Amino acid sequence: MSSRTSCPLFDVPIVKRAIWEAISKLSPRHQLRNPVMFTVFLASILTTIFAFRALSFPGTESPAFVGGIAAWLWFTLLFANFAEAMAEGRGKAQADALRKSRQEVMACRVVGHRFENVTSSQLKKGDVILVKAGELIPIDGEVIEGVASVDESAITGESAPVIRESGGDRSAVTGGTRVISDSLTIRATSSPGESFLDRMISMVEGAKRQKTPNEIALDILLAAMTIVFLLACATLIPISEYGVVLAGKGTPITLTVVIALLVCLIPTTIGGLLSAIGIAGMDRMIQANVIATSGRAVEAAGDVDVLLLDKTGTITLGNRQAVEFIPADGVTAEELADAAQLSSLSDETPEGRSIVILAKTMYGLRGRNVEEIKAKFIPFTARTRMSGVDLDGREIRKGAIDAMENYVRNNGGDFPRALKEQVNRIANLGGTPLIVADKQRPLGVIYLKDIVKGGMRERFAQLRQMGIKTVMITGDNQLTAAAIAAEAGVDDFLAEATPEAKLALIREYQSGGRLVAMTGDGTNDSPALAQADVAVAMNSGTQAAKEAGNMVDLDSNPTKLIEIVEIGKQLLMTRGALTTFSIANDVSKYFAIIPAAFVGTYPELNRLNVMGLATSSSAIMSAVIFNAVVIVFLIPLALRGVSYRSVGAATLLRDNLLIYGLGGLAVPFFGIKLIDMILVGLRLA
Amino acid sequence: MTTSAWMEIGLYLVVLLALVRPLGWYMARVYTGQPCGLDRIIGPAERLIYRLCGIRPETEMNWPTYAIAMLVFNGLGVVSVYVLLRAQVWLPLNPQHLPEVSPDLAFNTAISFATNTNWQAYSGESALSYLTQMLGLSVQNFLSAASGMAVLIALIRGITRRLTETIGNFWVDVTRSTLYVLLPLSLLLAVVLTSQGVVQTFSPAIEVTLVESTTDAEGKPVTTQTIPMGPAASQIAIKQLGTNGGGFFGVNSAHPLENTTPLSNFLQAISILLIAAALCYTFGEMVGDRRQGWAILAAMLLVFVPMLSLCLWAEQAGNPRLTELGVDQSANDFQSGGNMEGKEVRFGVPASSLWATATTAASNGSVNAMHDSFTPLGGLVPLVMMQLGEVVFGGVGSGLYGMLIFAILSVFIAGLMVGRTPEFLGKKIEAYEMKMASLVVLIPPILVLGGTAIAVSLDLGRVGVSNPGPHGFTQILYALSSAGNNNGSAFAGLSVNTPFYNCLLGAAMLISRYWLMIPVLAIAGSLAKKKYTPPSAGTLPTHTPLFIVLLAGMVMLVGALTFVPALALGPVIEHLQLTATR
Repeated sequence: MSSRTSCPLFDVPIVKRAIWEAISKLSPRHQLRNPVMFTVFLASILTTIFAFRALSFPGTESPAFVGGIAAWLWFTLLFANFAEAMAEGRGKAQADALRKSRQEVMACRVVGHRFENVTSSQLKKGDVILVKAGELIPIDGEVIEGVASVDESAITGESAPVIRESGGDRSAVTGGTRVISDSLTIRATSSPGESFLDRMISMVEGAKRQKTPNEIALDILLAAMTIVFLLACATLIPISEYGVVLAGKGTPITLTVVIALLVCLIPTTIGGLLSAIGIAGMDRMIQANVIATSGRAVEAAGDVDVLLLDKTGTITLGNRQAVEFIPADGVTAEELADAAQLSSLSDETPEGRSIVILAKTMYGLRGRNVEEIKAKFIPFTARTRMSGVDLDGREIRKGAIDAMENYVRNNGGDFPRALKEQVNRIANLGGTPLIVADKQRPLGVIYLKDIVKGGMRERFAQLRQMGIKTVMITGDNQLTAAAIAAEAGVDDFLAEATPEAKLALIREYQSGGRLVAMTGDGTNDSPALAQADVAVAMNSGTQAAKEAGNMVDLDSNPTKLIEIVEIGKQLLMTRGALTTFSIANDVSKYFAIIPAAFVGTYPELNRLNVMGLATSSSAIMSAVIFNAVVIVFLIPLALRGVSYRSVGAATLLRDNLLIYGLGGLAVPFFGIKLIDMILVGLRLA
Repeated sequence: MTTSAWMEIGLYLVVLLALVRPLGWYMARVYTGQPCGLDRIIGPAERLIYRLCGIRPETEMNWPTYAIAMLVFNGLGVVSVYVLLRAQVWLPLNPQHLPEVSPDLAFNTAISFATNTNWQAYSGESALSYLTQMLGLSVQNFLSAASGMAVLIALIRGITRRLTETIGNFWVDVTRSTLYVLLPLSLLLAVVLTSQGVVQTFSPAIEVTLVESTTDAEGKPVTTQTIPMGPAASQIAIKQLGTNGGGFFGVNSAHPLENTTPLSNFLQAISILLIAAALCYTFGEMVGDRRQGWAILAAMLLVFVPMLSLCLWAEQAGNPRLTELGVDQSANDFQSGGNMEGKEVRFGVPASSLWATATTAASNGSVNAMHDSFTPLGGLVPLVMMQLGEVVFGGVGSGLYGMLIFAILSVFIAGLMVGRTPEFLGKKIEAYEMKMASLVVLIPPILVLGGTAIAVSLDLGRVGVSNPGPHGFTQILYALSSAGNNNGSAFAGLSVNTPFYNCLLGAAMLISRYWLMIPVLAIAGSLAKKKYTPPSAGTLPTHTPLFIVLLAGMVMLVGALTFVPALALGPVIEHLQLTATR
């Protein structure tokens, strides 16, 4: 499998780089992109000015207090920047690894009948290039001539070379991969800087990252909350002035305290981690060896309602295997197994091999060498539609029922009714019956079965709990498809599927308001891939399929879809959980700051100081420090994502509300108290 | 708390909830154009109105057209009331020969009634003629309520419709709300109220000789009293049913001729929440899943009942300072106990607390006791109920559309937490909806806090305050909370008939009403255009107890987080000072 294992969360070089990045991200232009953090940015500047004012005009406010607040507001910003830089850094680390394979290489361009050497950056879309064994493929392209094995480990992490050939579904090659044997003539399908690798690098670096629809909606909500709190805090100034007039004592609230309260109340926790969450989501996709063309696609993955899965290779192992020998009347099982094995000795198809293996495991029949026993192998032809051996006057054949029935009858034999019933029984079970006969004498039936991959049933059950319907797509007939669908536990199936039928099915689900995900690799899949909301193209597939999809699975593993859906859901859940946490935090901050701010005017307010914070300034300072530090504590959660379990939505909501809602209410009470105690202990209060 | 208090509240809730289903079902029939029983009687009148006004009832509107129709219609209402108030001296049905109303008060009052607020900076019996009350205020009582219901129905249509631009016809919705819902119910209630002795007459005020003569402030003997009269019952019925709340007489439902007996009090209190509660059922019926309606109603009750209990407990506990002086305020066989300052003896603590909570839960604003005289915590309850944005029952129509906006916000956060693009009843909630929903949630706090800040900073604002200490601040906060959320109840104690307050509160009422309605209609239009996503196991169900708690929590949290600082310096500090051990 993949060699690209996840790097540790806090990799030292990444952390070092992120610290510098955090400082450089303090530029106003960067801060403007996030309304919540921009508010903190302005607040930091203002309090810094106040701190200098307090230093130059002693007596108004304590410079240490104002300076402390200013410092911690800057830290709040830095921590948020650090989170973003960490997420980007992890992506960049991967991008750097990728970039190494994007070195400038010489390419041999074919112009008419001439060859000319150019650098890869001079290539354009449509150029034809010749790549020989040992050379790097300079650019994304399509093989137009030749067959070769290609090492794609730089992209996929998979060390085994893959075959690339012209025509068919294995014609796409990726720039930066190496041809190991033979040579390929390639037509470039992208220009330099726009290749797959370039796209991938820019995605992992987050450079081209645009805000996703849900992120925009959440941004609006956070901005609205910021405005509300801005208002609640700003109006405190005249209200407290009036309070002083009414009570006849105390002093009005200072701007420093108003700003401290404001920063504590606005959703800095989620605001500061929002972009890190988005980048980390993309990063997790890449860890799963999936390249998404946009963040929007990652987000849409979480919304998928219907999953279209190809039967072959996804649900079943891809090859039918022999599982049973059913002898005809008067034939022993050993005799049938022996004949079946003989007929399959030279049959190199997976089915043939599985017959030899079954004969060996069930009846201890060892494989024999065809030449040694002087058997004559009769290969499968489209005309005879059977294969077998001629040996010592025996003519052992195996094949499908209609071909074999003719064969037996033509040799003067009779085809027994009992055998036909067995054939029907196997077909009803979704299997493929193969008849074995020796001239006129039918020996029995081999039961070839589509083997459903282990664990698929459980995965489909999980998906059902997630609310996702699974649909199996297969070219098999209705009967076979139904049997396999039942065995695998999918919700529905499309039998005798053509590309048109696939497309129609997707459109039908979409018009019913469903979001459809599918995987595909062939060119004939591309219309359906283009239509699907989440379309995962296999990296082994054609260029057309990759262009049509909005994700590429580098492992070419069709079950990857399930992981993709989970990553999409995690992304949204992490945002939701941290938003809830952030809002719930505000309750405790009111309890810390409101009594502290107004205790001079109304000493009775100290009864609301439920945390028993030491002094007014230590209470306010503790709340501000907690607000900053909590961002750092939540970075791992933002980068890893809230864990997703496939349970119903209601259960998921309940659990997350308990953890992040109630937790968000309770945690800061302890956190602020703890910080207050430390401040007192350090004699800073 | 006394057993009788619990029984009274229990009976109130049982009767209210028993009426929700039949009335809700009836309104759903009315709005979906199905036979509802009254078509034979009202149908011809309805069709006549359409013909006279040139309305084509089958022509549907998109949301901007709907909004413009609503604004024009309400604008005409403001102008007509303003003209009546300024010209009443020359018009008939003015037996007391009351003069015209000052321009600022007329401005304030016209807006107040057109926006379903019914903030009253005047006393009805000493300022307005019978004609103004009937043709101006009563008519607006009907039409403003009908406008709110129309916008709600448009929003519900937006939720249920798919891939369409239109959300109904405003003229039809307003006409049907008035003819089929408000008029019949008002007629019924008015007749029952007159049976209880609520006045309904055109005769002028009566001069009666006092049984026991007294002296005025200057020591002169007073032997007669003027008892104001008027067509009150007909206006009171719609004032309660339409969550308007504007009293015929100055002291509103505390007046013995406006609210005569415990039965009239009970019926009026039921009417305050009746339509708002029943509309929840209508909503469930119209979206094809009654559980959705019950869930919204349950969330409202989840806020209402604890707040009511708090108010009742605080009022029944009485004033601790009086207890220190050795006054027995407990409820026993000889007295009902509790804080009786500013309350009618006819109603007592339970009925007054219930009314105070209900009238501020709904954006009704009528009072049967003086909220200014409640204990700090007892007075905090009506204040908070308004600051929650009038979504717990709220105004007819407006309360439920406000609550649905909160449901959209809750669904958004909850939807993210279950890992899906949020959906509400099959409609995806996206950036546009969030933008509009944010406006709806933002505007009332801006008006309340911004207005309060202006009032406390200026001498013009401070001058009307009648109490020193934090209570004075509470008076201003209450007035702005009332106007900024279209409630209309008064804390009393604050002199508000000044050009400053008339203009400030008038502007607050105007903005609060229409700047909320427009984004709500925009959401309706945007949802109507979307396609429907059928629910799956991954969809967050919005009828479960968990969602109900979440929705109620969201309403409380948004309200609390916004207003905690202001409340801390008002009623909270009052309470702390009152209960401080000395």
